[in-house]
Amino acid sequence: MNDIEMTLKNAALDLPTDTPELTGRAEAEGLIDVAYTSVDSPLGPLVVAATPKGLVRVSYTEFRGEGEVLEDLARRVSPRVLEAPARLDPVRRELDEYFKGRRQDFDVPIDWSYLAGFTREVLRATAHIGFGEVSSYAGVAAAAGSPRAVRAAGNALGSNPMPVVVPCHRVLRSGGKLGGYTGGLERKEFLLRLEGALL
Amino acid sequence: MTLPPFQALLDEHRADIYRFLVATVGPSEADDCFQETWMSALRAYPNLRRGDNLRAWLFRIAQNKSIDAHRARGRRAVPVAAVPERSTSSPADADPELWERVRDLPTKQRMAVFCRSVLGMPYDELAVLLESSEDAARRNVHEGLQRLKEELS
Repeated sequence: MNDIEMTLKNAALDLPTDTPELTGRAEAEGLIDVAYTSVDSPLGPLVVAATPKGLVRVSYTEFRGEGEVLEDLARRVSPRVLEAPARLDPVRRELDEYFKGRRQDFDVPIDWSYLAGFTREVLRATAHIGFGEVSSYAGVAAAAGSPRAVRAAGNALGSNPMPVVVPCHRVLRSGGKLGGYTGGLERKEFLLRLEGALL
Repeated sequence: MTLPPFQALLDEHRADIYRFLVATVGPSEADDCFQETWMSALRAYPNLRRGDNLRAWLFRIAQNKSIDAHRARGRRAVPVAAVPERSTSSPADADPELWERVRDLPTKQRMAVFCRSVLGMPYDELAVLLESSEDAARRNVHEGLQRLKEELS
């Protein structure tokens, strides 16, 4: 490396790296297709993401890494994924209230458009199960219009992209056994206890 | 083809893009150019056909914004005002003399010198960025450095 290159390299070390903020303007210009942020909860950190239409993702970070979740959103929704916490303020507030026992129903809009077919029907039916109530895989299959598709209903619940807000934890196996939970059974038990559905 | 989440690009390249702009357009205009660069990138991103060479793609956008800034400054310049408008003690512009000289290089040399000497960009990537051959990219680096050396000695 010659002297002038060394001079440039050293001078560049003194250039500022504290960059101007971008998300405010990007949001104002409608350029953020997916906004996300991290939210703390008693079940560990959550990644939450929303399109301009509504919530598209809630994910347990300890269960699936943030990078993987963001790549999935980039593939399925849009690559214009940006960390922009302001859009998620309402869902952050509602999750806080829920975990503190001060809220039973979520009011934030949900963007259903990236869910197709039976999965969407099952999850929409699940969203109608109230706080403190439980249903069964057969129950949500029936509510989704296909009473015999119990296994498919189970798969749809297992792929729920918005746990807690779409309360798939309220769906148990017939006979009262817990069944499965993406995120780990201990989280399902925690949520059911919080709601008083499990003692 | 899948593009990475835009935030990953931003995290990886924002600091280098900003340093490039401060060095090539000066601290007073770098912030505007920085915002314009990333807004343009965001607008175009979903329609990109290829996910390789994203750094070169970003730097080309930044380069276009810096050229726009140079042109705008040229239009604003008043012939009698020989005194530089930037304060030489600006903390954001650590070596004003050096960066002034870099700013005066022809566009391709300016780009080549910064990306090669400061960022250590490989020549094949630099060629993509300059839309030239690798040989031409080498020449731009060499000639740019030579010129800086002469002017600063």
